[in-house]
Amino acid sequence: MSQGLSTETGSDTTRAIAAGRKPRRWGAWYVALHRFRVMKSYTGTVVVAGIGNPLIYLYALGVGLATIVDAGTDGQAVEGVSYLVFVAPALLASAGITVSSEEFTYPIMLGYKWNPTFTGMSASPLRPTQIADGIVISVAVRMLVNLVLFFALILVFGAAPSPVAFLMIIAGLLGGLAFGTVLMAYTSTLEEDTGQLAMVMRFVVLPMTLFSGTFFPLSTFPIWLQWIGWISPLWHSTELARVFSYGYPEPIWLTVLHVVYLVVLTLVGWAWARRIAVRRLGR
Amino acid sequence: MSEPVIVARDLVKRYGEFAAVDGISFEVAPGESFGLLGPNGAGKSTTMRMVGAVSTRTAGQLSILGLDPDAFGPEIRSQLGVVPQADNLDTELRVRENLLVYGRYFGLPAKLVAKRADELLAFAQLEDKGRAKVDSLSGGMKRRLTIARALINDPRVLLLDEPTTGLDPQARHILWDRLFRLKEQGTTLLLTTHYMDEAEQLCDRLVVVDKGTIMAEGTPAELIRRYSSREVLEVRFGSDRNSEVAERLTGIGERMEVLPDRILVYSDDGEAELVKITEAGFHPITSLVRRSSLEDVFLRLTGRTLIE
Repeated sequence: MSQGLSTETGSDTTRAIAAGRKPRRWGAWYVALHRFRVMKSYTGTVVVAGIGNPLIYLYALGVGLATIVDAGTDGQAVEGVSYLVFVAPALLASAGITVSSEEFTYPIMLGYKWNPTFTGMSASPLRPTQIADGIVISVAVRMLVNLVLFFALILVFGAAPSPVAFLMIIAGLLGGLAFGTVLMAYTSTLEEDTGQLAMVMRFVVLPMTLFSGTFFPLSTFPIWLQWIGWISPLWHSTELARVFSYGYPEPIWLTVLHVVYLVVLTLVGWAWARRIAVRRLGR
Repeated sequence: MSEPVIVARDLVKRYGEFAAVDGISFEVAPGESFGLLGPNGAGKSTTMRMVGAVSTRTAGQLSILGLDPDAFGPEIRSQLGVVPQADNLDTELRVRENLLVYGRYFGLPAKLVAKRADELLAFAQLEDKGRAKVDSLSGGMKRRLTIARALINDPRVLLLDEPTTGLDPQARHILWDRLFRLKEQGTTLLLTTHYMDEAEQLCDRLVVVDKGTIMAEGTPAELIRRYSSREVLEVRFGSDRNSEVAERLTGIGERMEVLPDRILVYSDDGEAELVKITEAGFHPITSLVRRSSLEDVFLRLTGRTLIE
């Protein structure tokens, strides 16, 4: 017990020190548990979208569009594989980005501003950094669920020939988090949403999908447009997913670069989001 | 006498050039109910956020339960219950769920939290609302739920920022009753308010805050005795005549305040002053004798009314 304090305050102090231990260690997890409970209220949407979206895309592109692309190519339409096999890993990677753009935008605005649950959390023993961490953890778990569902459907379509194809789930997760943590940090800086988030969807997410080698190889573009792909986390996760899915031939250094780029982006975005949480909640 | 639970000395919070809190000092003893009374923008909420170990101070000393919030934020917050000015219940969750998730933040076992959640729902008179959506609750119910949530960790100190602002009179009285029970159980209360009746109802001791500094400190009765008279006579002569009449009313009461809509005459015998006024040949449209309140103290100290 601390010296120089009377017994009563002293015992309160001791009680406080003891009570701080668990939240200091597990705080981020408590936030994640809260988020899971919120997500549970829209489980229906998560599952339906998690199964419905892949089904629609795989069918429309991999089966529908593929009949044109694959015609007369003897199943080697793009880079030596059928269009379905080519596009499936890219669709899975995009699904990671979709989860990110849902979970790291409006729910963040909500927590800071519209229904300031983050303010409520910060009055409890939780620290702002733990609040940011808990959000990232909970979204990562939800993303993982979506990606596993997606992968299962790809298997149903017979569109993942490699035995290590399941690793594309990791590629999708990395891509989703790399984009997502940066997006979360950006959203955290917004005091008000005067259309910025809609602009992000329209002028970042959509073009990123088109210029990341999703539907056709990036090399199809003139070189002066290819940089969009190089900085796009989606391109890196897509290419990585292709390596795992059907052994897409690329130099090993490039595969390593994909991983490093995505991990670094995730960490940078995450650190940025934590910093803003500290600043914004501690005002 | 035991050590104070909260000690603030020359507490300062600056945002850029602006000092929201400009050198506030006070102490709160265990079990005491302490109030910060002042108008909007006086620096009360900022003080509360610093005491709540959320906002970091710019200067001064602060100790809560013997700990410095700069180093022991989570520890201090583990012993506090916080009722913020604006409700921040999670509207995506149901009523009881709000208590469950909040209790977990403190690292309390799920079973204990569930048990307390049921007890607190009863305390907040919301037992049949456990499964309701938060948005379906009335303003008063939301406040009571917020208080229930603040009690989930069995706090040593309860911080209440404008607890009854925006509530109708009946809802306020229910809330005051609940807070009074907590006070009786020995919970230390620190509350801000710009309602003098609330301060009089709930506070053992209070400070009057204006523009980030403390104007006066004492029990409600002491403050009234020191800065006001026993009674106040309010007379109205019509908005355009009040100041004109006031100038001609000499030797009436201990002191006079002229407001746009009425004249306040401070005296220990309001009725006697009214007689003097009518004998002098002035006939107010309406007159009223009432007991002095903290509103009068505030007016005396700042020259302004609390709610402008």
